[in-house]
Amino acid sequence: MFRTALKTAAVAAGVTAALSLVPTTAVQAADWQPNKPVEMVIMAGQGGGADRLARLFQSIIEKNDLSNMPFLPVNKGGGSGAEALRYMKDNAGDAHKVMATLNSYYTTPIRTDIGVDIANYTPLARMAVDTFVLWVNADSGITTLEEFVEAVKAAGGEWKMGGTGTGQEDSLVTAMLEQEFGITFTYVPFSGGGTVAKNLIGNHIDSTVNNPSEQMAFFKAGKSTPIAAFTEDRLQVFPDVPTMRELGHDLVYTMQRSFVGAPDMPDAAQAYYVDLFTKLAATEEWQTYAAEQALLTDLLTGQALQDYFLAEREKHAKLLEALEGGGS
Amino acid sequence: MRAAEIVMAAALMALSIYFMVHATVLPIGWARGQGPGGGAFPFWLSLVMLLCAGGILVRELMAAYADRGGHRGFVSRGALRDILIVAGSLLATIASIHVVGAYVAIVGFLVFYLRVMGRARWRTIAALAVATPVVVFFFFEVALRILLPKGITEPLFIPLYAQFF
Amino acid sequence: MDVLTLLAEGFVVSLSPLNLAVVIVGVTVGLFIGAMPGLGSVNGVAILLPMTFLVPPASAIIFLAAIYYGAMYGGAISSILLGIPGASTAVATTFDGRPLAQKGKAGLALIAAAAGSFVGGTISVILFTLFAVPLADVALAFGPAEEFALVLLAFTTFVALGGDDVLKTIITIVLGLVLSTVGLDLISGQPRLIFGDLPGFYSGISFLVLAIGIYGVGEILWTIEQTRHKPHVTPARIGVRDLLAGLRSLGGSVKAMLSGSFLGYFVGMLPAAGATPASLMAYGVAKTTSKHPEEFGKGAVEGVVAPETANNAASTGSLLPMLTLGIPGSPTTALLLGGMVMWGLMPGPMLFLEEPEFVWGLISSLYTANFFAVAINLALIPLFVWSLRMPLHVLCAMVIVLCIVGGYAPDQRMHDVWLIAVFGIAGYLLRKLDYPLAPLVLALVLGPLMEKSMRQALISAQGDPMTFIERPISGTFVAIAVVLFLLPLVRRLRRRLAGSGTPASGRTSA
Repeated sequence: MFRTALKTAAVAAGVTAALSLVPTTAVQAADWQPNKPVEMVIMAGQGGGADRLARLFQSIIEKNDLSNMPFLPVNKGGGSGAEALRYMKDNAGDAHKVMATLNSYYTTPIRTDIGVDIANYTPLARMAVDTFVLWVNADSGITTLEEFVEAVKAAGGEWKMGGTGTGQEDSLVTAMLEQEFGITFTYVPFSGGGTVAKNLIGNHIDSTVNNPSEQMAFFKAGKSTPIAAFTEDRLQVFPDVPTMRELGHDLVYTMQRSFVGAPDMPDAAQAYYVDLFTKLAATEEWQTYAAEQALLTDLLTGQALQDYFLAEREKHAKLLEALEGGGS
Repeated sequence: MRAAEIVMAAALMALSIYFMVHATVLPIGWARGQGPGGGAFPFWLSLVMLLCAGGILVRELMAAYADRGGHRGFVSRGALRDILIVAGSLLATIASIHVVGAYVAIVGFLVFYLRVMGRARWRTIAALAVATPVVVFFFFEVALRILLPKGITEPLFIPLYAQFF
Repeated sequence: MDVLTLLAEGFVVSLSPLNLAVVIVGVTVGLFIGAMPGLGSVNGVAILLPMTFLVPPASAIIFLAAIYYGAMYGGAISSILLGIPGASTAVATTFDGRPLAQKGKAGLALIAAAAGSFVGGTISVILFTLFAVPLADVALAFGPAEEFALVLLAFTTFVALGGDDVLKTIITIVLGLVLSTVGLDLISGQPRLIFGDLPGFYSGISFLVLAIGIYGVGEILWTIEQTRHKPHVTPARIGVRDLLAGLRSLGGSVKAMLSGSFLGYFVGMLPAAGATPASLMAYGVAKTTSKHPEEFGKGAVEGVVAPETANNAASTGSLLPMLTLGIPGSPTTALLLGGMVMWGLMPGPMLFLEEPEFVWGLISSLYTANFFAVAINLALIPLFVWSLRMPLHVLCAMVIVLCIVGGYAPDQRMHDVWLIAVFGIAGYLLRKLDYPLAPLVLALVLGPLMEKSMRQALISAQGDPMTFIERPISGTFVAIAVVLFLLPLVRRLRRRLAGSGTPASGRTSA
């Protein structure tokens, strides 16, 4: 059942991706422009991946004069983004607040009852999709998925998988692995992907499901080995790393990086931001950065984005149920 | 002073009990193979606080029975007035930020405080009441790009944004 | 010497007119941001990150590093003048900096802080230059168990900080630890102690909010009560002669500077630890090794020098894992890392090989940044000291405004401003009753790190607490910590036994 859920979700994602190719900026964008600085609410704390990306967008917007008013990042990372979600809800109708989201956009309202429904938020643009790869320390000598599964089984539940906080992306991917291969890990939560990566290299944990950017430096130095990618296709930066699907395991998981507006954002404002983010996505700076960081940059806007969000929410509800109901 | 000690110890005990009740939402025991649960830290530490505050309470009560000395007042009446004025004006200022925004609230606070507490001359008060918000605006909003809450005065700032951003 | 040639080539980069200008602007801006109560190096770097597109990538990173450096210098300024630590790294500076300022020696304290920062910065940059690459592996050896042991070591500082009343000291330490657990529990991913679901508590209680409340608002209430009948102005003056006298009086602090520099650099280098434990440990070491430990807390110059040396050395140290491993040890270095990645410079083991010009340019710019930071800081000291000559009520009003605005600025939440008022009033009452407050603030800083690393280590070890003792590095640290905890007790006990006949040592309460 779990597997079918994944498959449907993957199909849904494929369909929405195709839809996104049709430009959706039908509304005239010049109708509205901000008359005060725009708050860019970030669902995570300072220094994290989401924060760095938001600040990158901020500087590209300024450098290319994409907006007449500056975008000012504000971190509201409390409670895995619950604080940011509540803040946007309390500012419903505000045209000068946009929120940079990650997957906690769906998982947080599912896990804790904070009284928000993401279907009410105004979808703006999905800028990127980050990918996940299974990593081990190069000293372990493990290079293939079979060897990995073998080793985990031999460890008898003491294999240490490091990741971000429980209930966040890494723990979901870990749960997917446990289900697929019938194995158990000791899951060690850390406060951020960078710390996770460092603990793998220091041999304090045995494996991770880091994003490529978090392990890139260690990979280049030959200190960590990618085993398999949780992606649809092979990643350009790691052409030799097979996908889970190639290996016969239908495991695909991605992290979206999108912008949404407060519930009931005026249509003209929504059109303005969609137009702005579309221009932003086309800038050279963004394209170079995304390529270096192995980010997939299929832009999604408007209704297609909303459909994507809702499909993803569905998928995560099932994943979380499996994770918390099944009990690792 | 002794009465104040007793009240404070009792208040801290109440606070610890409050923390302990809330901590029990998460497991407070030692999970096998995992170490302490999510509520363990706040729960057991609050218990330590409860015991220590209880110790102070008992100590002070016993001392109160033993000798009737130590009747030093907690604060003198005049100081109490000053403290209440400062604390009260601070709370009022923070509350008014929600309505009239930081700038009006700060100017209001400065005028009140400097006049009532500082007995400053009106010239000094006027200079500070004008200079402070201007400096704050340029340092925080223009230079550091940190927007302060404006409340109902928001529309007044729109021309300023257009000018300085 | 290979390193020296590389460094010389680095200076060619960092002494170019553009990079020099960038450094000067960076340290000046950083100095002022750091001097604001509430704003520290994280905010400085975060806020100015987008401005860096005006210059080429290498200069951009040099600019950010200069802000970082300037803010570390500036942090001491509000600690000394207002008694409000601008960042957690400057808490230890208030212990003796504030008493010095109250005695009218603010100028001396500021000079001591600047000199300490300079020495710490310089020694650590030299260490950095010589041992950057080999030391990177040390940082990797630190897992959760080692982090926990290190925090335990930092906790020994409490022994030096506690008041006379043991029960009250324990209460404030424990209260700080409990407050640090407010918010989201990382390990289980569940919220806890959020007080009736107030969204403001989701992200926990920030150290800054408590510090501004207690040291800002609380201090004002305290001052107003104490000075009711004697309106006084801090007699702070400064001239060239005071400057020289100040520098001369630093002679006695050489030991504090050296130990602060090395300690700061090595502790700062360890990811997750960073400058705050480093500055606390340096303060503790300075106090234990000083000839006059009784002066600490009442205005000892060494008590200002030691933490300031250590926190600057630590900020250089924390650049090491960031550059060589791509591991940010603090939120500030995480943002620097973000900045580098934004500009296409990938930190990590390959950076030194692939971008030697950039790396050595940055390292050499740390020398110039350090030089300009101390020069600009010293030049501005008279201005800072002069600001203390304001009439008391004007100063109080200004501090309250700064507390409100500075408390709001970092996270832009009114919730925090309310908390500041509550903590300020509660802190004042606790202080009236002789509850020591420094342990409360420090417990809030170290608490999250302690709980997290302890539970991570236990999960990794399948729940076996022996892991802290069995692992060599962690075991050593735990042993040192235990000795340091017991030392004062043993000493006190021995003194009591020896002095039971003589009336001289009467003051050994509880």
